[in-house]
Amino acid sequence: MTDAPARPAEAAGPGGASPPAAGQTRKPPASPAAAVWRQFRSHTGAVVGLTVFAGLVVAILFGPLVWTVDPQLIDIRARNLGPTWAHPFGTDQLGRDLLARVLAGGRVSLAVGVTAMLLSLTVGTFVGVVAGYFHRLDGPLMRLTDLFLALPVLPLLLVLVMFFREPLAGAFGPEMGTFVLIVSAIGLTSWMQTARIVRGDVLVLKEREFVLASRSIGTPSRRMITRHVLPNVMSPIMVSATLGIASAIITESALSFLGLGFPPDFPTWGRLLFDAIDYIRDYPERVMWPGLAISLVVLSVNYMGDGLRDALDPRIRGR
Amino acid sequence: MAEPSAAPAAAPLVSVRDLKVHFPILSGVFRRRTGAVRAVDGVSFDIAAGETLGLVGESGCGKSTTGRAMLRLVEPTAGTVRIGDDDITTAPPGHLRRLRPAMQMVFQDPQASLNPRMTVMDIIAEPLDEHTRLSRAEKRDKVLDLMDAVGLSADFAGRYPHAFSGGQRQRIGIARALALNPRFIVCDEPIAALDVSIQAQVVNLLEDLQARFGLTYLFISHDLSMVRHIADRVAVMYLGHIVEIAPRDDLFAAPLHPYTEALLSAVPEHDPAAEATRQRIILTGDVPSPARPPAGCAFSTRCPKVQPVCRTTAPATVVTAPGRAVACHLVAGPAAAGSVGAS
Repeated sequence: MTDAPARPAEAAGPGGASPPAAGQTRKPPASPAAAVWRQFRSHTGAVVGLTVFAGLVVAILFGPLVWTVDPQLIDIRARNLGPTWAHPFGTDQLGRDLLARVLAGGRVSLAVGVTAMLLSLTVGTFVGVVAGYFHRLDGPLMRLTDLFLALPVLPLLLVLVMFFREPLAGAFGPEMGTFVLIVSAIGLTSWMQTARIVRGDVLVLKEREFVLASRSIGTPSRRMITRHVLPNVMSPIMVSATLGIASAIITESALSFLGLGFPPDFPTWGRLLFDAIDYIRDYPERVMWPGLAISLVVLSVNYMGDGLRDALDPRIRGR
Repeated sequence: MAEPSAAPAAAPLVSVRDLKVHFPILSGVFRRRTGAVRAVDGVSFDIAAGETLGLVGESGCGKSTTGRAMLRLVEPTAGTVRIGDDDITTAPPGHLRRLRPAMQMVFQDPQASLNPRMTVMDIIAEPLDEHTRLSRAEKRDKVLDLMDAVGLSADFAGRYPHAFSGGQRQRIGIARALALNPRFIVCDEPIAALDVSIQAQVVNLLEDLQARFGLTYLFISHDLSMVRHIADRVAVMYLGHIVEIAPRDDLFAAPLHPYTEALLSAVPEHDPAAEATRQRIILTGDVPSPARPPAGCAFSTRCPKVQPVCRTTAPATVVTAPGRAVACHLVAGPAAAGSVGAS
């Protein structure tokens, strides 16, 4: 700190607009979180999406406590029933109650979808930001991304499952082990789109003058990234996130269908969907329930992401 | 290089010696270096404490690159920049970071130089976050003092940059530059993106702040009348070289370099009688590419007074009067005078 400019307040205000009186109250600005929430609430789609998503989560978490039918219970005499009071969603070809199975399957599908999305988003954003910001790492990281894009996903997953199912099942137990395996397999094969989009945006941002201004202040790279780069690439990350949940749920069902995921009698939405496809001619409503659940999650998350993106952007928030 | 007599009498705060910034041109499949854009090609000058040096020249002549290289925002290829006792060009990163508070910059585009996702409070507090250990309340007081100093109402602290006009945004940028009590500020065309009616306000604000805080400015501009208003001395740049540097009144009264003459002849007169008789010197042709500058004097391709020697030999910079130097074969300085600037 040098001498002269140490106390600007002591000098008389220059000929600018409205110098405030000395004793004027200095109230802190309104909290940004409150402003974000206010804007989020004004976005109808986002509020509907949030309501639907919250409803689904509540149903999945607490539904089995209310609807206490065992989703694994086989009642062969009650098979292939349509909706009745005893079975509101009907039963499948083994007489298992579909409502109970949809509720139970939702836990796994949502957990896999959200966790795999978070994993792929973290990896993708990290790779994208580092590649875009540090010129020296750009080439190697982007070639790595190309490599992952070029890998055929299903054979890769097959190999992953072959190698890691036993050790993971040993470490976490059979179901948790499969969960960890599937989440990491999906996460590690779906981060590339995010990385590419984020890198492109970071390359543009890096040349903006406010980044230069921050460098002239002496801000180190890590804080430059967290303060200036990440907040400004939130929009593409949000979009990737909402799409990521959907594709993770669907990839999980494909894996289960191939026998690589959870065991066949273990209900997930994807599993239910594939089981029902065999009977789609005779019992089309059986495809509808898990399909509807997946669509509702994807749509509601998408609208929430849309609203959140708008709410986080101060330029839109003012309107 | 000997201490140039073109420097002001007092010890200079900022001294730039033979500064060069060359950007490599990479081409071909293997991105081999096939040449260099000589954006700044051997620039030397001094700025005394409390002085304003105007740096003028047409687009692409290296004005902004000079300003950025002086703050190490662009790595200089050669040369030295000293601010006070510190050598900026060789400082290692950690040391450079500690030197940053002494030198700040005001940017050309007030829209692009403010992060759209940060409030005014956060923007002005960023330098304080980086270099001071003030408490939250102290920081807020300091930011509100700064906003007061640049003529912004304290009520605006929680707003985002998009809610402000261009002039107000530039005030935010100036407040940010002032936050660490710098001694030296590079003003990189701070008024070029502003409305004419706002330009005067911002320039007057800069002058007020200079008087109050004893700031030293490098004022980069292509607006000669604004430079005439604010600068104490003026340096004229052409194609990476300083062709003439002189006290403001001398330069505007009697330009020595043909390029300066041509530049000044383009400034309209406010007196209609004088305007009617104003002789414009129209330069023909374009500025040569800084990737392939002409042999000899950089201005030889467009100079109306070109001599055969100009096309072969680069002119030495000669000091013609105290504080005044020019790089032109047509100007004979006092014999054996020290040299400064483009060689």
